[in-house]
Formats: sequence, C-alpha cells, structure tokens
Amino acid sequence: MLVAHLSPLAASLFSLIAIASLLLAFVMLGSRWLRHYLYAFALESWLIAALSAAVGYYGQYPELYLIAMLTALFRGCLLPYLLLRIVRRLKVARELHVVVQASSSLVIGAFAVVFALTVATHISAGLGLAGTVVVLALTVMLSMKLIGFLMLTVRHEAISQILGLLVLENGIFLGSQILVPGMPLLLEIVILFDLLIVVACFGLLVQYLLSRVGTTSSLHLRRLVG
Amino acid sequence: MVAALLLAIVLAPSAAIVLILLTRRPRWAEGLNLTASAIAFLAALPLPALSLSGRHVYWNRYVILDPFGAWVILCAAIVYLLASIYAVGYMRLLDEEERLPRFYALFAGFGLTTLIGPMMNSAGLYWIAIELTTLVSTFLVAFERAPEAIEAAWKYIIVVSGGISLALLGTVLFYWAGSFVLGPRYDMTWAALRNAAPQMNPALLLLAFLLVLIGYGTKVGLAPMHTWLPDAHSEGPAPVSALLSGALLNTAMVGIVRYLAIIEAAHPGPLPRAALVVLGAFSLFVAAMFIVRQRGIKRLMAYSSVEHMGIMALGFGFGGPLGVAGALYHMINHSLNKSLMFFGAGSMMRSYETKDIGAIRDVGRRFPVVGALWLAGAVAITGAPPFGLFASEFTILRAGLRGAHVWAAMVMALLLIVIFIAFLNHFRMMYFTPPDSEAASMRPVSAWCVAPMWLAFVPLLVFGLWWPETIWQYFGAITHELSAGTLMALR
Repeated sequence: MLVAHLSPLAASLFSLIAIASLLLAFVMLGSRWLRHYLYAFALESWLIAALSAAVGYYGQYPELYLIAMLTALFRGCLLPYLLLRIVRRLKVARELHVVVQASSSLVIGAFAVVFALTVATHISAGLGLAGTVVVLALTVMLSMKLIGFLMLTVRHEAISQILGLLVLENGIFLGSQILVPGMPLLLEIVILFDLLIVVACFGLLVQYLLSRVGTTSSLHLRRLVG
Repeated sequence: MVAALLLAIVLAPSAAIVLILLTRRPRWAEGLNLTASAIAFLAALPLPALSLSGRHVYWNRYVILDPFGAWVILCAAIVYLLASIYAVGYMRLLDEEERLPRFYALFAGFGLTTLIGPMMNSAGLYWIAIELTTLVSTFLVAFERAPEAIEAAWKYIIVVSGGISLALLGTVLFYWAGSFVLGPRYDMTWAALRNAAPQMNPALLLLAFLLVLIGYGTKVGLAPMHTWLPDAHSEGPAPVSALLSGALLNTAMVGIVRYLAIIEAAHPGPLPRAALVVLGAFSLFVAAMFIVRQRGIKRLMAYSSVEHMGIMALGFGFGGPLGVAGALYHMINHSLNKSLMFFGAGSMMRSYETKDIGAIRDVGRRFPVVGALWLAGAVAITGAPPFGLFASEFTILRAGLRGAHVWAAMVMALLLIVIFIAFLNHFRMMYFTPPDSEAASMRPVSAWCVAPMWLAFVPLLVFGLWWPETIWQYFGAITHELSAGTLMALR
C-alpha cells in the first residue's frame, strides 16, 4: 500500500494536486463560457498527468510515466482541441439555457463535497487510514463525480454535457492514481483510448444533432416522452 | 476445443466487419453478416455442455468460459442470428441501399461486443466490453437519421455513459478493497475478487457494490435508470431493437450477477440482495404504469423489456436454486420472445407506416400468419401458459415466496396481472377493433422477416411445455458456481 508510508513532501504534493483539481471542477461549475470550461478541463488533465508522474516517482511505478504522458497528450491536448473545434463550428460561446444559476450550483457543489467528505471519512476510518491522503483522494474522487452529475443535470448545451461526462471520469482517474497505482496498465491505456473514441462519437452526434434537430441544447429534445 | 469455439465466436463477426468494409456491396454485406452470425451461433451451441467440465481460462487469464457465461453467450448468439436473418428482409425496406454495408459492419460489431462481454474474466475488461457495446450501438440507434432517432441516440449515450462511469468507480473501489488483501498489484479476475472478498472492508465493499449495481443497472435498464431504454429501443431499426433488448441487456446483467456473487462471499447481510430486489420491483412498477397508457408500438415492447429485466433482477435477487434457475430460464425465453415481438412490431410498423398503436388495425385479417405469430408472442410475453415465460416467471415467484422478500413476490404477481391486461388490451385493439377506413392492400411481409419469427416461436413453445432435466442440472451447476460451494442464502 503506497499511501501508508508516504514522505510528508509527497503527501503534501498529492494533496495539493488533488485540491487544485477540485477547485478547477468548481471553476467549470461556476463558469458559463464554454471556452473557460475547456481550459479548466485541460488544466485539470495536466494536473492529473503531473499526479501520475509524481505517484510513479514516489511509489516506484515506472509504467505510470507512460500513463502520465498519455494523459497529457490525450486528455490535456487532443480532447480539448477536438472539443474546441466542435465549439467553433457550433458557434455557441456560452451556456444559454441555465436551469440553476451559477452561484446556486456552486453552493450545491459545496454540499456535494461535504457529503463526499463524510463518506470518505467513514470509509477510511474503517480501514484505519484516517488522516492520510486517502481521505482527500476519496473525497475528491466522489465529489468530482457528484459535481460531474450536477453539471450534466443543470447544463443543457451539448458540449457542457460532454464535459460533464469527462469530469466524471477525471475524478476516477485522479482518485485511482493515489488509491490503486498498481491497477493493471493495460486497463488504464484502454480507458484512455476509449475516451478518445467517446469524444469522436460525440463530435459526430453533435453534428447530427445540429443538422437534423437544429439545436444542440438538450432542452429541445422532447419528442420522445412516455 | 472450447478455445477454438470461443475464437470462432470472436473471429467470425470480426472477419465479417473487415470483409464488409472492404467489399462495400449491400448484398455481400447481408450475406457476410448472416454467415458470421450463423457461425457464432453454431459455435455457441455446444458451449454450455462443454463449460461444465473443468476450468476454461485462456489468454493470460483474460478470457473465461464458465457455465453462467456460456449460457449468456448462447442467448446472445441466438438473438444475433435471428436478428441477422430478419435484418435481410427488414433493411431492404428502408431504401438506404448505399448505407447498408455501414449498417451491417456496425451490426456485426454490436453482435461481437455483446458476445465477448460474458467471456471477460477481468472486471476491468468487462467494463471496457460494456462501454464498447454502447459506442457501437449508438450509431445503430441513430441509423435512420430522423430527428427522433438522433434524440434517442443522444439520450442513450449520455445516460448510459454517466451510469457506466459509476460502474467504473465501483470497479476501482473493488480493486482498491482487494489491494489490502492481495497486494498492490494483482489480476482483477472474478475468482480473485471473490476469494479475497471475506477479508475486505465491509463498508467499502458495500459502497463499491452499490455503485456497480447502479452503473450496470443503467445499462440493464432497471428503473429509475431506464430512461434511455424506451427511446433507444423504439427509434433504432427493428433488428437493432431486438439485439439491444434480447442480447445487450443480458450481457449487462452478467456484471451485476458476478459482483453479487463476489459480495455474497463476504456475507454482507441482506442489503445487497434487497437493493437488487427493490430495483427489480420498481422496474416492474414503472413498466406496468407505462404499458397501460402506451401509444407507440415499439415503446410498448421497450417497456416490456424494462419489465422483464425487473423480473430477472428479482430472480437473481431472491437467489437460491429456484431464483437463479428461474432467472436464467427467463433470460433465454425473454431473448426468444422479445425478438419475436420486435420482429412483428417492425413488420407492422413498415406495413402500416406508423408507430402509433391507434393506427394499426385489423392485423389478424390482413396478415394471417405474421399476425397469428405476433399475437401468440404477445400472449407469451405477458407470461401466460403454455409458453416458456410462464414457466420461468412461476419459478421466480416460487423462489420469492420462499425467501425473505415475500412482499416483492406479491408485488410482482399483482403487477404481472396489470401488465397482462394492459398489454393484451393493446393487442385486442390492434386485432379486433374495426378499422376507420378500408386501407389499400398492403405488401406481404417478406419470407426473411417471417422465418425468424417461426424460429423464435417454436423453441418458446417447446420450452413452455417441456423443461428438460439436463437444463435443471445445468442451472444447478451455475447456482453452485455463483455461490462458490456454499448454497446461496435462502433466508
């Protein structure tokens, strides 16, 4: 178990990265400009790549360097670039249809973090790991999950929904680097590629959506009910 | 022998995809996909019998053939074959000649991903297989390019990807829980997880299981995560609907059952089973409510899928030899029956050129053969004797009445009666209400579309009248395997 005997420097580095990623999730939640979402997402991905490299260095998992490189390449450069292209083509600069105001969604997000912290404290106390970086990793993992779902529900622009899904998975990536750095390499690489395919699919679908339905807001998708 | 058969199941559709994309001719694409599905079916047929002898783990322990997996593979292969036959007749009606090769390539890919899901021995690879099914089938759902189809595809990929990401979180937490027992690096096979489960932290295990249940439950279509299902099933072409309903949902159910077996090994108390039972009962309730007031013919079939997945979840949730046997028997009967229903619905939809139940009238007189088969299928799917679903639903009901969740069995019986009345009422109107106007004569349904209905109907009737002793024993072996030697709790 890596986290059980971490040097204080490593532990504080991991914590710093985790908290910074969580903050970026809040930036995404509070912003209405699609471009800001994208930049925040790209930065978050770079942070996760840095975390992978740091875990690889401190825990002697050389294969994590590969994961770090792939994360930076795919999630830090390629995905944001693809999404930016979709944004440009759609000519939608900001989220026009808000169900919940940005300020209220920030408050709801804060409650989500508190809930995640409660669950994480309970679980890590049961494992005898209270007070370690595990609590933080679990909290960030769960709260980014909840924030991602929050973004999916209160945002209706197609791009925001894609980003919501990516935030969901960023949380898992971040948490799993700290909690289970030894998880089979094959799996992580495939999941990275998988994400790329997902976004390619989304790009296609968004185009369809625009050409056939005439809008990229899911609020207008209400033909199929009952 | 088993390895060769599994290889055939994987390679036949893969080769078909490559050849279809190389040749790009509609007629060849039909033939290639049909051949691939026939090979997959023939290879899957002996698997259940072969899986009983010895352990079959291949390719660096990534692939496994156990009795449970073999059964699900067989169900998927049957539906893939029937849907491929039906697709030949159905897809020619769509006037999309030049896009047909694309369709068949995706269709073979969808068949392939549903077939490999149950073979995966690693929890992570299984997750990837399920994710792949979503990616391939999204494009099949959107194939007709109507605004409704695009809307359905969009909802499908968003809802299911969100759900599946919960399953990924659960998978990571399972791995983490296992790493306290097995060390930081280990192969995440089902067996390894189950052997380590008794020493894992119970709270963490429970959290992980609930996440996985909700995650894969989304894919199975359990209410309240079912919202994508009626849209995707009703807007895709009929062969795709059949494959979604008859094969994909079972493949996703595999994950829930395997994880249930893992957490049961840790003796976690009644909560995991109760969660599955509650989801199952709620699915039945939601399905019953929407079946009563349904107006779209394929949406009616889709809600019926929600219902049957609910029943299957109840069967596995009740557990015990009866519950598991009932659920497994339900799986094959539902695969056959739902294919039959979607084939009938697709043909009627094309003939009457509407999806509206209110506009489909006088089916029995206009289509004597297809109409009779479809009506018999409707009687079967509501769980009436003498068809297979009656036998399996009755078995699950018996399991429920013996177990800890008698209330769920009562609810199930009540809702099944509601669904029986509502579902057959829709059919009564389609068959026996006189039409408003004498419509022009309709094109007869092609033989390609009628043949798979017969092929689904005959075994359905046979399974209702005769439940072979060997199948009982086979289900017993699966129950034994899922409960790892200790008989599943019958509290």
